Amino acid sequence: MTTQTQPKAKRITDIGPPNYEKFLPPIVKRNYGKWKFHETLAPGVLCHVAESGEKLYTVRAASPRLLSVHTIRLFAGLADKYCGGFLRFTSRNNVEFLLSDFANIEPLKQDLAKAGYPVGGANNSISNIVHTQGWVHCHSSATDASGLVKSMMDALYPYFVEEKLPAKLRLAVACCLNMCGAVHCSDIAVLGIHRKPPKVRADILPKICEVPTLIASCPTGAIRPATANGKPSVEVIEEQCMYCGNCYTVCPAMPLNDPENDGISIWVGGKVSNARTTPKFTKLAIPFLPNHPPRWPEVVNAVVNIVEVYAANAKKYERMGEWIDRIGWPKFFQLTGIEFTRYHIDDFKNAGQTYARSTHIRF
Amino acid sequence: MAKENGKRATPLLDELEKGPWPSFVTEIRKTEDVSPMCDDLLGQLELSYAEKKGHWKHGGIVGVLGYGGGVIGRYSDVPEQFPNVAHFHTLRVNQPSGWFYTSDALRTLCDIWERHGSGLTNMHGSTGDIIFLGTKTAELEPTFAELTAAGFDLGGSGSCVRTPSCCVGQARCEWACYDTMKLCNDLTQAYQDELHRPPFPYKFKFKCAGCPNDCVAAAARSDLSIIGIWKDSIQQDDAAVSEYAAAGLDIQKDVCDRCPTRCMSWDGKKLAIENSECVRCMHCINVMPKALLPGKERGATILIGSKAPIVNGALLSSVLVPFVPAEDLLETIQELNKRVWDFWDEYGKNRERVGELIQRVGMANFLDAIGLDPVPEMVSAPRDNPYIYFQNKKQDSEEASK
Repeated sequence: MTTQTQPKAKRITDIGPPNYEKFLPPIVKRNYGKWKFHETLAPGVLCHVAESGEKLYTVRAASPRLLSVHTIRLFAGLADKYCGGFLRFTSRNNVEFLLSDFANIEPLKQDLAKAGYPVGGANNSISNIVHTQGWVHCHSSATDASGLVKSMMDALYPYFVEEKLPAKLRLAVACCLNMCGAVHCSDIAVLGIHRKPPKVRADILPKICEVPTLIASCPTGAIRPATANGKPSVEVIEEQCMYCGNCYTVCPAMPLNDPENDGISIWVGGKVSNARTTPKFTKLAIPFLPNHPPRWPEVVNAVVNIVEVYAANAKKYERMGEWIDRIGWPKFFQLTGIEFTRYHIDDFKNAGQTYARSTHIRF
Repeated sequence: MAKENGKRATPLLDELEKGPWPSFVTEIRKTEDVSPMCDDLLGQLELSYAEKKGHWKHGGIVGVLGYGGGVIGRYSDVPEQFPNVAHFHTLRVNQPSGWFYTSDALRTLCDIWERHGSGLTNMHGSTGDIIFLGTKTAELEPTFAELTAAGFDLGGSGSCVRTPSCCVGQARCEWACYDTMKLCNDLTQAYQDELHRPPFPYKFKFKCAGCPNDCVAAAARSDLSIIGIWKDSIQQDDAAVSEYAAAGLDIQKDVCDRCPTRCMSWDGKKLAIENSECVRCMHCINVMPKALLPGKERGATILIGSKAPIVNGALLSSVLVPFVPAEDLLETIQELNKRVWDFWDEYGKNRERVGELIQRVGMANFLDAIGLDPVPEMVSAPRDNPYIYFQNKKQDSEEASK
């Protein structure tokens, strides 16, 4: 403890992240901005060749995103053993080891396999699933995220360790409409949904929430002031609520977690890449599946079915959304056996733009 | 969730330790030696799995001195059952550009987190930060002091500049049309104040992608999306094209026929590209990385406004500046930010992202406000309705235009 007689150490703030340059392997520093081409040596193993002729080998392995310090130290140890202590993570929570010695690839892969972190996830594979916190850490989640990902990836494992799909297939999971996982542009997106308005806890509301802030938090204006037991409170116009949970974020007295009605929706055909076609949003495939932890069999089966139908029918290089654009949505529903319902027809703003406005109909 | 012989029974979570994919439950379990939080976290999670219901509440504001973000307060709603996770706050630690580390840097982070928190992390969170998952209020300042002493700082949360992120860029990719890692780092350093002390109506995200493949989802997930592109012709190595053909690639079918503008032709010997018709989609380059490369006149397109659905529906970013040369990017973006933030500060509603503000006031008014001239690259098509609001006269046009 600092005593009063000692001058207080200057508090360090606003330094930002460490400069990335000190974390770059020497081979990367030497060839920065001077890479010529790359090729895939095996699933999850890439070789980048520089203008200088130097070769950088990348071994990509899966992680569950939620990592123990023990596992990070394991990865650090492997990096020390095989690649001078340099490694990186990808935007999809994979870990990448950056090797300059070809001979180290196989022993590294064996060590990773032994430790239980499979190598793969590049090119025309299913890479790691981008996802959110779920019941592990979030207050507004309608489902868990890590458990869904684990259950789906156990079933889709062969697609991670091999590159056998027509194109890349990118999955995402978000546990509520806030979509911290930004699932709105993935090939297949799994989205937790609430289906009932929040319940107003009038008993605790006046003590823990500010009513004007709470009212302002509602995007659809569904919350209005009310008096309960002589104290200020609110009421919810239920038909106006779209179950976004914004009010619960602002006021814990508005819980909308509901084990009976919360569940999962499945969306398909989004992409962010500009390759061939422009970026696309995901579209609704399945409006509701029940929440069945710990293994979510309905969700896993539905996703595996969509993957298999896509893999069997899409042409080379066609992403999910490009395949559906070519065959049309009626065929998508027919091939996957997914029921088309009233919920698939948009009724939010500018909904008419998704109505079919031509006689281009396939029979 | 009772304990038997001192061991907590978690029959539901145990199911998630089976199967070939690495298990997050195993990760939590093997961290039990670091902190008693991990055991209570498993207990509360098992309860959630049994009840199909989350048990976290979002409490009061917690943080470190002088910062308005970087820490997410989290409290259990069943603290009497799981006292070790009664407080379970998250720290967002700003990642280095491109998520590169040395083993020593990672061990330093692990040691800090082992001393002050649960020992659980996310590598990384959705926005890009290193996530330190779960600690108590009293540990926040000591963690922060150790982090800054080790050269790390917190990332953003709340209505601030969120931690910028980028793809691997020129560190390992021949397609990067500008130095994404440097730009990401420069922007992060330039906006330390805006990152740590929320000044805006809502969050503002930057993402730097080196090419139109957009490996960081900039087009979908950032208020300002900087996506690398080139202006001149695709660099072409005819001998390498022939090698692909000889190796069995069907250049007509797999390359030319997949080109969105059909700007390529193949006569069995020579690939011809009409570059003036190319939209730089990357397909041909992706298929033949040894033979084709982005051109030499490189830079980026700046797009604005993407976001997830809350509140008024999801948006993709749209073109604001079609091309900025690589060397001018930082200065151009800083100037744009100044104008965009001025307008958003004045007219944005609470929790209104800049993309939603543009939708509400109209892109044309937004362009007037930030002093950019409209160009046809900004739209997929001109309007198809006749409801044009004609202006009486151009006000302050001299001053407003750049």
